[in-house]
Amino acid sequence: MSGKPRLTYVNGRGRMESIRWLLSAAGVEFEEIFLETREQLLKLCQDGSLLFHQLPLVEIDGMKLVQCRAILSYIAGKYNLYGKDLKERALIDMYVEGISDLMQLILVFPFSPPAAKEENLATIAEKATERYFPVFEKVLKQHGQDFLVGNRFSWADVQLMEAILAVEEKVPSVLSGFPQLQAFKTKMSNMPTIKKFLQPGSPRKPPPDEHYVATVKKIFKLN
Amino acid sequence: MAAKPVLYYFNGRGKMESIRWLLAAAGVEFEEVFLETREQYEKLLQSGILMFQQVPMVEIDGMKLVQTRAILNYIAGKYNLYGKDLKERALIDMYVGGTDDLMGFLLSFPFLSAEDKVKQCAFVVEKATSRYFPAYEKVLKDHGQDFLVGNRLSWADIHLLEAILMLEEKKSDALSGFPLLQAFKKRISSIPTIKKFLAPGSKRKPISDDKYVETVRRVLRMYYDVKPH
Repeated sequence: MSGKPRLTYVNGRGRMESIRWLLSAAGVEFEEIFLETREQLLKLCQDGSLLFHQLPLVEIDGMKLVQCRAILSYIAGKYNLYGKDLKERALIDMYVEGISDLMQLILVFPFSPPAAKEENLATIAEKATERYFPVFEKVLKQHGQDFLVGNRFSWADVQLMEAILAVEEKVPSVLSGFPQLQAFKTKMSNMPTIKKFLQPGSPRKPPPDEHYVATVKKIFKLN
Repeated sequence: MAAKPVLYYFNGRGKMESIRWLLAAAGVEFEEVFLETREQYEKLLQSGILMFQQVPMVEIDGMKLVQTRAILNYIAGKYNLYGKDLKERALIDMYVGGTDDLMGFLLSFPFLSAEDKVKQCAFVVEKATSRYFPAYEKVLKDHGQDFLVGNRLSWADIHLLEAILMLEEKKSDALSGFPLLQAFKKRISSIPTIKKFLAPGSKRKPISDDKYVETVRRVLRMYYDVKPH
């Protein structure tokens, strides 16, 4: 028995990808179980593994954790990526929650009807460049440090890095006009654990494709 | 002397209500600034004190915190309502995540058409009685303790009570079939700070009415139709 955390989800990014990012950034190896049928999900519901009948599920340190934030907060706390005190934690939470709102738009994008895709893409670009990226550009400029909070690598940096790359996949020029974020992206890319995660063969999942969307719709019975 | 926290929001429940609950349960007095006009909101936006241009915002301990979850996490941590270690915190986060999802289904409720309100009500009651209440009933049954986590009052208990009361406003017998939750509700409601919050004259807000909806739409210029889940 390995004792490594075990992740149960669909074989794709979705709501598990931030967890893969954080574990990887912390240098933690993990196992993955990929659901392919609705029957597999129902079995997990019936055997009591899923507190609210939902995924993601992460088995870690004897717990069967569900709810992304609960999972991410636990990992951040355990691996010292959650600041040194309550106030730093509040800043990290604030930044992560803001970025999550942006990531939510990207999460639902593959499931939007074809007619709405152009408008949704424009919304992602607008929110990124007018609401979220300016905040972090300003934070980095004001303190002049390499990391968002407390002059130390934290969950907030990992989440921002994930978001930058995810938005760039949709809007390649999105960082033009954000020199601090460009430098941040370069620095994060060169951190050993993140560099490794960004290379082929890592647990990082590719952008969602039609097969992924179809699998999710089938398993979760979405329209 | 520490200044009281100041809450910036509309004069109604919305996303701020869980924060009012938690502060009140912790015995912390607070002040409120209510958004009433578009001009007031634009002034707030221009001042730069809303990090992502959104409310809720809470001024506390020299910080201008936004993002409901960040605010709640900070209050829970500060007032020892967040468990004794990382594992208890994980349980609390997990339980609060569930009640947050459940109450989240009711956030848009005041903005729905009469017909959609009926549908959404049925949807929320079904989710409560088939997914969420059974989960919490089982937690209480499995350990037989008075509180959800660590045999001690925590944020998870306060949040669950808030959710139970919200559901009962929609279906008065929502807890039938959940004897442990019924006992839990009585027990947590009688905790002095919570009892005080549930009594008239507290900062607890009533169910959102048309006036609330009109204010929010006017201040946020949110004139589109809101659809149910």
